[in-house]
Amino acid sequence: MTWVLANLQLIGSRTVSHLLLAVPAIVLSFVLALPLGWIANRFRWSRATLLSAAGLLYAIPSLPLFVVLPTILGFGVRDRLNVIVALTLYGIALMVRSAADALASVGAPVVLSSTALGYSAASRFFQVELPLAGPVLLAGLRVVAVSTISLVTVSSLLGVDNLGLLFVDGFQRGILAEVLTGIVATVLLALIVDGLLVLLGRLLMPWTAVRR
Amino acid sequence: MIRFEDVSKSYPDGTEAVRGFTLEAPTGCTTVLVGSSGCGKTTLLRMVNRMVDPTSGIVWIDDENVAEVPPVPLRRRIGYVMQNAGLLPHRLVIDNIATVPLLNGVPKAEAHRRASELMELVGLEPRMGKRYPDQLSGGQQQRVGVARGLAADPNILLMDEPFGAVDPLVRADLQAELLRIQRELHKTILFVTHDIAEALALGDQIVILAKGARIAQTGTPQEVVAEPADSFVADFLGLGRGSLDLHLRETPTGTLVLDAHGRPAGRLVGESRTDATA
Repeated sequence: MTWVLANLQLIGSRTVSHLLLAVPAIVLSFVLALPLGWIANRFRWSRATLLSAAGLLYAIPSLPLFVVLPTILGFGVRDRLNVIVALTLYGIALMVRSAADALASVGAPVVLSSTALGYSAASRFFQVELPLAGPVLLAGLRVVAVSTISLVTVSSLLGVDNLGLLFVDGFQRGILAEVLTGIVATVLLALIVDGLLVLLGRLLMPWTAVRR
Repeated sequence: MIRFEDVSKSYPDGTEAVRGFTLEAPTGCTTVLVGSSGCGKTTLLRMVNRMVDPTSGIVWIDDENVAEVPPVPLRRRIGYVMQNAGLLPHRLVIDNIATVPLLNGVPKAEAHRRASELMELVGLEPRMGKRYPDQLSGGQQQRVGVARGLAADPNILLMDEPFGAVDPLVRADLQAELLRIQRELHKTILFVTHDIAEALALGDQIVILAKGARIAQTGTPQEVVAEPADSFVADFLGLGRGSLDLHLRETPTGTLVLDAHGRPAGRLVGESRTDATA
């Protein structure tokens, strides 16, 4: 505890760096996975292809990816963009399946009736199918958020600033309190972001909370 | 008026849902398409708002060929009510009813005012407007479905087994409400059902369909029951099983109406009107 109190400023700045890596990656993977999930769900050929590809993507070990990616993209190994791209790839890998399942979970009768009412294909997607896919999308997004926040720490092995650097540094210098702080802070951060997502879901999808 | 002119629908796999169907549904009347499942009645209904396009033939609304009208605006001026209501679970009841006016760009306040009027018309309490569809009973949801179908004040109302999923008592209520609403509004209604009793209760014109949407008989309820065209129609009406055969029995307290098995089906009250068509 003494170590924590003495290093509050360091913990704070590392938490901010951590979020600056994780949040863009979480948002990007959601935004990019959604159209991929739509395609996977829309055409017969695409589902198996896209979902298998996403599965393979997730199977790539993370440390080598952090090392290899810069040579492909032309960033430095410690460039934050490098980390964000890698994390986004993992996020997409998880999220594509959720997005496809979410869109498939929208009931056929609702789609049929909204067509009959006179929704155009685009307005039906954004005003009916997307909101109704919401609960399953949110479930997928929560997994992506927690997994991304934890995965960020791997990049600290390359020297990228985030909460993971606390346990890498603590381990090298034999400061147990610093190691524990890094772990606990990462877990707490994941829990807080997860809680915020649940709250956001309640706000955006009030119909899911009503008493049946 | 809705007119089907030699309309057929076949699918790539070779199944023929509708073959050479011709019918006129007069303005301001309720035409009921009645037949067993798979006879093509829903396909016919969906041809009117272009949910299904016929392989050949023409569907007319008054003097307009629907194939020449873009589907989205066409659908917005035709009311559609389906089984299980098909309500949007993420929208409040009032917004569900106002769906089509809102799609048409009517300001929200005005669309809600219109929706409130319709809730009253279909017998829903105003406080139901602030609930989600899942918080309503099946019968109430179906009322919302009817209100939504009427919201843009369409001339035509398409109803696809709208009362098929509610229990018999509620169904009878909803049928009575529909008759009352229709007396007030005089819409051109095309109503699909597999329930002959419902067809007899609601239809000005009844169209009994066999497989492939072949018309077995068209007529008023009286005509169909009094003179079934063939044994298929008689069977469909249940005449062969005696389910429409009623007898009278005098008792000290009045005249009872008995069914084919001698069970009381009701009691006779007053003199029946003489009907010119019967």
